[in-house]
Amino acid sequence: MNGLVRRVGLSLLGPVLAVLVALVISAAVIALIGEDPVAAFRVMVDLGDSPSQQVQSIVVILNRAVPLFLAGLAVAVAFRMGLFNIGVEGQYRLATILAAAVGAAVVLPGPLHVLLVVVVAMVVGASWAGIVGVLKVTRGVSEVISSIMLNFIALGLASFLLTGPLRGSPPGASIVTTAEIPESGRVPSLNGVLTALGLATPRSGLYGFLLVALVVGVVVAVLLKRTRFGFDLRATGLSPSAATASGVDARGMVVKTMLISGGIAGLIGLPDLLGAQYDYGTEFTAGLGFLGIAVALLGRSTPLGIALAALLFAFLDRAALPLQFADIPSSVVTIIQGTIVLAVVVANEIARRLALRSAERAGAAAGPGPQADGDDGVPPPTAPDGGQRVHTGVPGDQQGVQA
Amino acid sequence: MKAAALLLAGSMALAACASDEPTGSGSGEGGGGTATEELRVGLAYDTGGRGDQSFNDSAYGGAAAAVDALGGELQELSPNEDASNRVELLTQLAEQGFNPVIAVGFAYDDVIGEVAPQFPDTTFAQVDGSNTDGAKGDNVTGLVFAEEEGSFLAGVAAALKSESGHIGFVGGVQSPLIEKFEAGYVAGAQAVNPQITIDRQYISPAGDVSGFGDPARGQIVAQGMYDAGADIVYHAAGGSGIGVFQAAAASGNRAIGVDSDQYLTVGPELQPVVMTSMLKRVDNAVEQFINDYSEGNVQGATDVLNDLSTEGVGLATSGGFIDDIQGEIDQYRQQIVDGTITVPTTVE
Repeated sequence: MNGLVRRVGLSLLGPVLAVLVALVISAAVIALIGEDPVAAFRVMVDLGDSPSQQVQSIVVILNRAVPLFLAGLAVAVAFRMGLFNIGVEGQYRLATILAAAVGAAVVLPGPLHVLLVVVVAMVVGASWAGIVGVLKVTRGVSEVISSIMLNFIALGLASFLLTGPLRGSPPGASIVTTAEIPESGRVPSLNGVLTALGLATPRSGLYGFLLVALVVGVVVAVLLKRTRFGFDLRATGLSPSAATASGVDARGMVVKTMLISGGIAGLIGLPDLLGAQYDYGTEFTAGLGFLGIAVALLGRSTPLGIALAALLFAFLDRAALPLQFADIPSSVVTIIQGTIVLAVVVANEIARRLALRSAERAGAAAGPGPQADGDDGVPPPTAPDGGQRVHTGVPGDQQGVQA
Repeated sequence: MKAAALLLAGSMALAACASDEPTGSGSGEGGGGTATEELRVGLAYDTGGRGDQSFNDSAYGGAAAAVDALGGELQELSPNEDASNRVELLTQLAEQGFNPVIAVGFAYDDVIGEVAPQFPDTTFAQVDGSNTDGAKGDNVTGLVFAEEEGSFLAGVAAALKSESGHIGFVGGVQSPLIEKFEAGYVAGAQAVNPQITIDRQYISPAGDVSGFGDPARGQIVAQGMYDAGADIVYHAAGGSGIGVFQAAAASGNRAIGVDSDQYLTVGPELQPVVMTSMLKRVDNAVEQFINDYSEGNVQGATDVLNDLSTEGVGLATSGGFIDDIQGEIDQYRQQIVDGTITVPTTVE
């Protein structure tokens, strides 16, 4: 029991420490520019005066958190396997434009239409990420390099498609978009649920895709924790050589993991596409794939952690507006986000060393160490996290290079 | 399991904090601005926000000047990093009673059409966004610019000053707006010298806004043009333009700035290369709009066109590099104003 408490404590230590350090640094920065840090933090947590404003703020946070959560998941699935998928950005941009085009081109009964768009997006995302996996196992190309390169190709391709064959906006329009997805292909908002819960009706619609994101999160959690595949994946992430020795097909795992990661990445643009924009255009939200890396790092690559990290990032994002109304530069938010990510990398490393030391001590005291797996939702203290991933080697490399 | 429980607890906590409040005023405190009230101007920036030393700052300059002169309050809002919260910017400004609300940039095209009809008592304006047909709402005024006319003169100046008969154009992001700059520049240069060679390149493709904020790539692209024999390069690349100037300085050539008089904003080491700048007086347009609003002269559902005739666009003369060809430039300017020359807005 004591060991469990310690493990849970240690695994929470990293992120909590990181957020605290980031807050202290941000407070110092706010004080340096001559503003009152306490007042600034108070402004940030103030959601509004009237109930409808508060609900609206919560909807804004949730709507922002949904794509961030999906992006974090996409990155994290690869992280757990020890793969650094930087290509999430290109995967979701290409997936979104093709899904938007298909969604606009067909007319189907409601649920089928949405399903088709979702499937197209996942297939495109998975295929684009699959290229990275195949290159890695057949030619030994580092996934870091190939996924970055494929980002450029994906953005160029998306741009070509948008301004060329898939252009749906009238000539001369300043914002170039694809054709609009008809009513049947849109995901209705969850505002009805909010009203049913007795909350005020917000101004904007709560993305119905929130439910899809929750399902994806649960599926990923089960997949990682409760299936043979997930075990193989985590085992390969922890020690590629040990996993191979115990019969895991590391090369197959690389391709499968990239396909799953890319499939989830394909969903990132859909909350906006099906819930608000209904078309992909030059002003479609960019950069979510890169933010996803930060979210996955902060969430220590577990679905629950990522959900909390996405909510935190979304909360900070919204806070930038009230800060400006209070005449405090919104760069404060950018500084907090940046310091959190930096602090997380450092804090994870400290937590990992502490955990290692305590495990060694326990091992010395009681023979074979209590290396039982962490309990649900909490990774073992030595669980892989992106921070170390970046500079520890990449499993599967050996096999890939030799092939 | 634990995940579900935590999420449930979290959502219940949120629900509780939301319904605790007295269910009083409800929604929509629309800002009914009458002429007697104090002027409260809301300014929502484009990607990059305040401090871009370009477009957004120019809009701020105009708004600040108007508010200084008329008295009142100026509230600025910058969007988040990926500018995904534009709707929130406009709505919150309108909700909190700011009037007029000015959106900076064509990127607000869709958003303003969505928000403005919800606040019929608020007057909106959009820099770089047309609303002649009133499609964005009866309370939206478009503040648009004839960038192609100013760029035409930049092309004239480049062609007259080029010794190699080879010039260049660097666009930030491939988009209909920047293509207006390109089209005018090409037409102007060819009007002077039909045989002139014009290299044209965009830093990033449509949908990738990084081309407006990447001096390193601006420098590489411009360097390629100078290496190929161009001696004057015109940039419409926002923050990337500084890279174009650096490439010009490194290769002993010259460049043409954009939007503001960049001779005045670059450091002294780059001043010799800034031959002229195509001025786009966003500041004047915004200031004029606020003045019109305070005098009750804003109708909405129209455009205010800022072109050569209103001096909304033009060429900067700082540094005196184009003083010797000013006569010829003025002839072309007059022909455009007269309508003898029609400047194209799209690249064929």
